[in-house]
Parts: sequence; C-alpha cells; structure tokens
Amino acid sequence: MKSIKVTSPIVFSVCRGDIPKELLREFYRTMFWIQKVELKINELYHEDEMKTPVHLCLGQEAVAAGVCLNLNANDYVFTNHRGHGHYIAKGGNIKAMVAEFYNRETGCSRGRGGSMHLVDTAVGLLGSSSIVGGGIPLATGAALASVLRKDNRVSLAFFGDAAIEEGVIYESINFAMLKKLPVVYVCENNLYSVFSHLSKRQAQDDIYRRFIGLDIPIYRVDGNNVVAVYRAAKKAIAQARDGGGPSFIECRTYRLKDHHGTGSGVEVGYRSQEEVDEWVARCPVKNYERFLLEQRLLTAVEIKQFTDAVDREVEGVFNFAHASPLPREDEVLDYLYQ
Amino acid sequence: MDWSKTLVKEEINFEADKKGRKLSYAAAIREALELAMTSDERVFIMGQGVDDPVGMFGITLDLHKKYGQERVFDTPLSENALTGVAIGAAVAGMRPVYMHNRPDFLLLAMDQIVNHAAKWSYMFGGSVRAPLVIWACVGRGWGGAAQHTQTLQGLFMHIPGLRLVMPTTPYDAKGLLITGIADNNPVIILEHRWLLRQSGYVPEGLYSIPFGCGVVRRQGKDITIVAISYMVVEALGAARELEKQGIDAEVIDPRTLRPLDEAIILESVKKTGRLVVADTGWKTGGVGAEITALVAEKGFEYLKAPVRRVTTLDIPTPASDVLEAKFYTGKADIIVSCSEIMEKKVTK
Ligand SMILES: Cc1ncc(C[n+]2csc(CCOP(=O)(O)OP(=O)(O)O)c2C)c(N)n1
Ligand SMILES: [Mg+2]
Repeated sequence: MKSIKVTSPIVFSVCRGDIPKELLREFYRTMFWIQKVELKINELYHEDEMKTPVHLCLGQEAVAAGVCLNLNANDYVFTNHRGHGHYIAKGGNIKAMVAEFYNRETGCSRGRGGSMHLVDTAVGLLGSSSIVGGGIPLATGAALASVLRKDNRVSLAFFGDAAIEEGVIYESINFAMLKKLPVVYVCENNLYSVFSHLSKRQAQDDIYRRFIGLDIPIYRVDGNNVVAVYRAAKKAIAQARDGGGPSFIECRTYRLKDHHGTGSGVEVGYRSQEEVDEWVARCPVKNYERFLLEQRLLTAVEIKQFTDAVDREVEGVFNFAHASPLPREDEVLDYLYQ
Repeated sequence: MDWSKTLVKEEINFEADKKGRKLSYAAAIREALELAMTSDERVFIMGQGVDDPVGMFGITLDLHKKYGQERVFDTPLSENALTGVAIGAAVAGMRPVYMHNRPDFLLLAMDQIVNHAAKWSYMFGGSVRAPLVIWACVGRGWGGAAQHTQTLQGLFMHIPGLRLVMPTTPYDAKGLLITGIADNNPVIILEHRWLLRQSGYVPEGLYSIPFGCGVVRRQGKDITIVAISYMVVEALGAARELEKQGIDAEVIDPRTLRPLDEAIILESVKKTGRLVVADTGWKTGGVGAEITALVAEKGFEYLKAPVRRVTTLDIPTPASDVLEAKFYTGKADIIVSCSEIMEKKVTK
C-alpha cells in the first residue's frame, strides 16, 4: 500500500451512481452538523459554563460521517475522549449530548459523565472511555455478544493514534481475529497525542502496517475524504456483517484545534501556523462542499437553506441545555449500582 | 509441580451438622455454573484453560461439552483486553463469567476492572451496566512465592462500583456465585485454594445468597473475630482452643466485603466489646484496616479493649517454607491477639 501524502489535495472519486446521490448529500449534512456543534462549543466555551474538558473534532468530521453512515441504528459504537462527532454521526440525541457538556440532569449521562463520556443506548452508543485505548476491547466484547446471540450487529471502535501505543489494541485484534468477530477498528491518526507528534512516540510512521502480522484486513485512507472513508468502512463493515471477521482502518487526519479547549496549538508552540494552515486548506467539510457544488449534487441555495436551518436548531439545542436543571445533590450516590 | 499437594488435608465442614447432600467445594461451584448456564442463555464462561482436561480445578470440567465451545471457551492470556471483552459483552446484554486460577493476573486487568467495569453504570448515569463475574482463586504454599499467592481483596474493596465476594463454604460458594451471575454489576469473587477441596452441605437446584449478608459461624460472648475467607477456618480452630481456656469467641464471616454487612459486625461487638479481624491479606490499608475503622467510627462506645488485626506480614510472599511460615498467620496468632485484648494469659 502506498503512503498518501498527508497534505495532498483531496480527490473525491465518485463513479456515476455507485454511491446514491442522497447519501452523498447526507455525508455533507452529517459533517456540517458536527462542525456546527463543535464551532458553537468553540464560541461559548470561554463562558465557563460547560465545565468539562472538551476535545473538539474540528478537522476530523469526515471520519465520523464516512464510517457511521454505513451503520444500522442497532450497531454498536464505542468511542473515546474525542467522541462528539461519532456520537452525532451515529444518530445520538444531540440535545442530551450538549446538556451533558453543561453537566445537566438532562444530559445523556445525567451530568455524571461530561464531554468524554457520551452514551445513547437507543442508537447503540454503549459508552465512551477517556482511558486511551480503553474502548477497544469493549467494542470487541460487544461484537462477541452479537456472535453469541447471532443478531447480525457490527461493533465499531474509534480511537486515536496514541491508542496504538497501548497493548490492549494488539490483544483485542488478536482475539477478534481468533474468533472472527464482527468488529471494525477505526484509528483516527491525527498525528498528535496532546502536544506530542507521532514521530516522538512511535518508531515507525505507518500505523496500518503494525497489524500485518495478525492477518487482519487493513485499509489506509485519507481521513479528510469522506468518500474514501465511506468506501473503506463499507467494505470492512460488510465483511464483518457477513461473518468475515474484523478489519482495521487507519484514517490520516488532523485536529484543527488543541488537544482540548479552543486554542490552535500554535500559541503553545508544539506545531507551526504553516502546518495548521495546510490542514485548514484540507478541511473535510469545505472541500466536500465545493465538490458537491461542482458536481451539482447540491445547489448554493440548498446549502444555504440547510445550513440556516442547522444554525437555528443548534441555537435551540444550546438553549435547551442551558435551561435544563442541574443534577440534585441528594442524588449524588445514585447509579453506582443497579 | 502439583499444586494440589498444597491443599490442606484436614476436612472442615462448616455445615457438616446440617443434613442433606454433601458436595466438594469445586463441585458446588461447577453446579452453580451449570445451573446458571442452563437457566440463562446470556451466561457464558471464559478463561485460560476452562475447557482443558483439568477444567480449572475441576470447576469448569467438561462444561464445554455440554454447552458448546462458543459458550465455554479458552482465552489468550491478554488479561486486560479479555476483561474488556467481557465488559463489552456484558454492556451489550450478556452475562460473562471470566475465570482466573490466580488473582495475581488480575493486576494486568486493573485498567478494565477499575477504569471501566466499575465506572460504567455511574459514569453514564445508570443508562448502561456491566453485569459480569470475575472469578479467581488465591494460591498458597509450595513455594508459590510473591506473584502466585497474592490476596488482593484490599485493592478491590477500595473500588466503588465493584462487588467483592469471598466465600468460605461450598454452600456459600455455590449460592454466592449464582447471586453474582444474577447481579447487574461487576462482581469479583476471590476464592482460596485451601478451601477448594473441602466438602459440605450443598442443596440441589438454584439458590442464591444475598450480598451484604454475613453469618455468625460460631456464637460467643467475650470477643468478636471477624474472619475473611480461609481465616474463618483458622478462627474456628482458635475459638475451640480459646474455649478450653475460658474465652468464648464469636466468629463472624462477612462473606461479601463490598457490600459489607456492617450491622452483623456492630451487633456482635456491641455484645462482646472486643474485636479481632483475621484476614488472609496484608495489614496496611487492607480489609482489617477498613473493618476496624468501621467499628472505631460506629461502635467506639462498645469497645472495652483495643482492636487487633491478624494479617500476613507486609512483605511479598517468600518462597522458602521457613519464611512462609513466618509470613502467614493463623490459629495461633488469633489466639495470641484474643488473649492480649482479653488481658488473660493463655497457652497457644
Ligand atoms: C491510558 C491513558 N494515558 C494517557 C492519557 C492522557 N491522554 C488523554 S487524551 C491523550 C491523547 C491521545 O491521543 P490520541 O489517541 O492520538 O487521540 P487524539 O486526542 O489525538 O484524538 C492522552 C495522552 C489517557 N487519557 N489515558
Ligand atoms: Mg492523535
């Protein structure tokens, strides 16, 4: 497999009709929603009313959308600390998510979890772990449950490049291969773990090659290209559903904001403005919007109507969250046991 | 090496006086698994060697033949990931039982046990849960040494969100395992190898024993001995000796450490005014520390004498049998502690 040059232009290759037009439009809508919610957090975070460490996924919208739009509502997803996009793309209740950022009782985790612990069992989001790599075996186990019940679900694990440095990924893939489990491992390689570049942490750059010895089918895609992500995920998910076992997808991407919070990383000095600018130019949403316009899959008027509507809805979501009640002090002990 | 040679020879039957069917400890646990697997198809068993010809001390012997390799399966070592696998399956609606022949190996899985299983309900406001059982059997003797004999109940008791169970009789081992499988939370069961070949009264069929419900193993009025796991055997032996010397000891077996039956301990200390805690684990920050602190906090006015803890030494388990004998405590040490706080000279 040839390495992709991470700063190369994004090429969307769509043959006539091989991806339904409606789905191509849906990619955009999903990415736009994610971007909009993240931008709203970015705008309001300084108010200090969202008392939770937010890990924005601006710049990584294509991975969440491209993968999750292949899934059924009852498929399982386990995500990590940077999970807002996965939650939205999987169809999670956005009001409940934002209320969770505001630590409200109406939050998806009733204000007990915060931004890093999102859940929505109605759409197979069974929880997210902020221990790097922690969700990987959980997704593997949910896939085992599907096999035992023969219920034909697929499990997804989303994690970052640093999760590759944890032993649990190797342990999990070995077990998933052994049992041919319907699980897809999606690595969002955004090149950084907090302030540390991949080259300071891993002896070898090509993450996907790490698992060749385990015989797992591996894909490596431009994670800023929603069509490319979709195609790889589609194959991997279909194979899992057909009893063909797990796959691993490395998506090369970049987070445009700091590890957490709203900075860009340039202020702190661990990366350069040029590097950030290169990736701003590769924004998965903007580039894809241009492509849709060129291909006349959406008109400028349609986009305007849609984005205005989302703007209004997002406004409503944040107002709901803000107006929601806080958890009651006398319920602090609740939910420890069931 | 034949670990079975390390088992105690003497047969101890706590429920020997009860009439009915007798089963070995291992058979009692096996029966619990069998009944649970038959009655609930969500239950499955995983662990290193659970389907091998020895079958985890005989506890899982041939269960794979009856229930199939899908529901009873051997695992790669990968203790951390496999714990996560069990949790993931549990969160997705199954009832896994993950078996280990030693708790020492659970230390590799602390991330999944503590960061994940114990948190999954609370951290998501109760909308998900992780009903799994992690079973492990503490080793002792025959030079097992520092990494094959650890009694880690102090670590697990510390963690909110976990249940911690330490049975002592075949009757309890069966009933508490069934409770554990039925429970909606992560349950750690720590058995003891020296209890494993005991036999005793075990009723047929499914029965479960409520968590947080200790038992009085022996009634007495002078001193309360709260004994954990195998130390119940030692405490009962000590009580028999003490009786000859005019000290009437009450022996309490809490059976579960989280939740802990505080009432049974406080009731007993209220009656006796004296407390010795005998644990199979270390002293510092351990189960003995917790139980004595409980009594100091909630039953201080009952106490007529200082409390005592009988534990192992605060060192890794040595291999040499000479040093090992020094490391472990038992009947004799319980007798000394009791006599000290009775302020009565007794002979061991
Ligand atoms: C086991 C563990 N070690 C360290 C951390 C601290 N930490 C939180 S997020 C993070 C970076 C993870 O990087 P990556 O997996 O690449 O995800 P990204 O933040 O880039 O999306 C680190 C080191 C942690 N949460 N868990
Ligand atoms: Mg990263």
